[in-house]
Amino acid sequence: MKNFGFNIHKSLALDLDNIDRSLFLKLADLEPDIYKCIGCGSCTSSCTAGSFTTLSFRQIILFIERGDSNKSIEMAKKCMLCGKCTLICPRCINTRNILRTLININTTVK
Amino acid sequence: MKNNTDSRTIAIIGGGPAGMECAAQLKTLGYKCVIIEKGDKLGGNLNNWDRLFPEGIEAQKVVKELAEKTKGSKLFLNSTIESVKHEKGKYNIVVSGKDIVEADSVIICTGFDLFPAEKKEEYGYNIYNHVITNRDLEQYFKKRVDSRIQNPSKIGFVHCVGSRDEKVCNRHCSKLCCVTAVKQAIELKEIFPKSEIICFYMDLRMFGRGYEDIYHDAQYKYGIRFIRGRVSEVSENIEMGVVVKAEDTLQSKPIKITLDLLVLMSGMMNSHTASQIAEQFDAPISNDGFFEQSSRTLSKNSVGKKGIFIAGTSTGPKTLPETLNDARGVVLEVHQYLSNL
Amino acid sequence: MKIEGKKLIWSEYQKDIPEDHYFYVRSCIRQNFFPASEKTFLDIVRNRLSLDFFETEHHTTCGGIAYHSDAIPQETLMTIVARQFALMTESGYSNYAASCITSFGIYNEILETWKESPEIETKVREMLWKACRREFKIPLHLSHASDIIYKLRDKIAEIGVNRLINIKTGEPLRVVEHIGCHYSKMFPSKGVGGAEYPVVLSGMVESWGGEIIDCPERRHCCGFGFRQYLIQSNRGYSLANTHKKFESMEPYKPDMIITNCPGCPYFLDRWQYVIKETQGKTYGENSQGIPVFTYEEVAGLILGYDPWDLGLQMHQTDVEPLLDKMGISYSSSDKYKLK
Repeated sequence: MKNFGFNIHKSLALDLDNIDRSLFLKLADLEPDIYKCIGCGSCTSSCTAGSFTTLSFRQIILFIERGDSNKSIEMAKKCMLCGKCTLICPRCINTRNILRTLININTTVK
Repeated sequence: MKNNTDSRTIAIIGGGPAGMECAAQLKTLGYKCVIIEKGDKLGGNLNNWDRLFPEGIEAQKVVKELAEKTKGSKLFLNSTIESVKHEKGKYNIVVSGKDIVEADSVIICTGFDLFPAEKKEEYGYNIYNHVITNRDLEQYFKKRVDSRIQNPSKIGFVHCVGSRDEKVCNRHCSKLCCVTAVKQAIELKEIFPKSEIICFYMDLRMFGRGYEDIYHDAQYKYGIRFIRGRVSEVSENIEMGVVVKAEDTLQSKPIKITLDLLVLMSGMMNSHTASQIAEQFDAPISNDGFFEQSSRTLSKNSVGKKGIFIAGTSTGPKTLPETLNDARGVVLEVHQYLSNL
Repeated sequence: MKIEGKKLIWSEYQKDIPEDHYFYVRSCIRQNFFPASEKTFLDIVRNRLSLDFFETEHHTTCGGIAYHSDAIPQETLMTIVARQFALMTESGYSNYAASCITSFGIYNEILETWKESPEIETKVREMLWKACRREFKIPLHLSHASDIIYKLRDKIAEIGVNRLINIKTGEPLRVVEHIGCHYSKMFPSKGVGGAEYPVVLSGMVESWGGEIIDCPERRHCCGFGFRQYLIQSNRGYSLANTHKKFESMEPYKPDMIITNCPGCPYFLDRWQYVIKETQGKTYGENSQGIPVFTYEEVAGLILGYDPWDLGLQMHQTDVEPLLDKMGISYSSSDKYKLK
């Protein structure tokens, strides 16, 4: 292959035709609450760990939904399980449990 | 004052829900009503719909009940207004070149038109094989036939088609489309349980009683996905799949997905008949294309001209209950106006 | 796709295109990229169709490349363009024909700017007068040269000797049309058929016997984008857009691509080679590449010009597979001969 000093830039767009939603579906089976997220961000803004790490519960749900499981699992590990997000969620999502289930599934799968 | 109501005639322009409710309420007060309707039956846009949010009541049942209550009113179908003369406190309205209606007061109930989706060229309505509108989908619910709907496994809904869009001169929110999309998504999911459905929205405006519950059920019970981002471009691939581009704004990432069916949620605009009616009755039209009201808060059923009143969606998007309330409101205003003559 | 729906849109974007009496201006880069295209255009309109197309040696660049590369401000650009209009006025013409898409876009942009803000036009008139003592009239009609070929497409088909038909199968050739971004994306009403479903090139193709392919990325930019290409480290971005287009058209098995922009055919042509060398992938039938043409070159082929007189030997992607399909004879040994 020739080197021209440049090459095709990789697209940053997300191709939803080719994502793996299996973790989302597995998690949704155990924790159907994750369907209810409306992306309000209350969980993230009140998160103890969220101000100091990349943890955002809203994004955990979003990333799994869009097929990016690794990002979500990495984030979930930063949770301190204080429960503030569960207290504050307007859709009564059991956020704490979802995080634990997510990590459990991931551990069992491996 | 009370006694002479039966000698007064009110012309109602438009036989949709607002017009029908006006006729029904005016009748109970003892007035004579004349409904002038351009279509071949009463009901207006309701005739294009199958079931209505929030509880799924049949549109035809509503039309039937409302029409029933108008009995006794004089009805001109397939009729248009050719000319209007204001003489000696009365409006002489020439209907379809032959009949003359002499009215003491007029209520404009010309309603709305759905935004013509083909005007959003990038969505390819009437060009791509599997792109339909909310109205087409209601027809499908009624008849269960549409060559564009072939057992779809991936379905998308595009909110705000022709609404909140200065490119098509419609800055306003049509407000009904959000809940209609969610209602229709659930109905489609019931017909095609294995399908995956995505709603592309800019904001979800679930303002009415029970709407948030529908949204909740759509997510929780039906697994309908919601992606915040306006569809910017649609194309068709070689298998006739609908390729959709949007941004997932919660993730700040452009996305692309191939669907088997795309439903465009056409918004509401003033009726195409409005400009003529506005001219004939000297009623002002505002920047948003709808009729202007004397005051949007305190005198919402007046257009500022003596004896001319207005109700329903001709003054902006309204739900059916809001339209019926508006009709009842205008009836009181008309009654006060005629009583004080 | 349903043609009825497209026709409805086309009916809303019809523009007034005079057939005759034009002041014609060349493009800076097309003469290097596709050296015979403009010459062929003038030969077709002047000698085949006996029309009046005037050009002057005093015409310069419109300044578009400098403008789009952030090298000159808009005032400078407008003054240069005002001078071109002055040349048209002095030559006694009122119809302006641009060969370049970006010039066409710039003319439209400037005319619209002056319409919205007449004080800017007044200022530019002053600047032009100070700079070179010239005055100008606004063109009555501004056409892109492809608009004119679109208008003349049936006449060309009538006197043509070749068709966009595979002579072996009798089937229409499958053609991808690629419209330059500056043709109608900025002002849909200035392009024949608008911006989403332009008919300017597809109309030619259909008149000449071919079949249009509507692939999903048909409206996507070729990726040239001026400043993206000018800097080497950005070229991967340019390349990626072209790559996206080829991936999108590949399943349709196109026989050729027709374009109406200076940059697009160049990049769609050359990048095929770069994609081959960096990705190991060659598009087109028998991995021979997908030949890319300007509309003048295609018109020339229809009218029976010798392929080497059309400058087709300057293409990176060989055109011979298409010539064979159309049944056009050519001499392989003459391909690179000087005349």
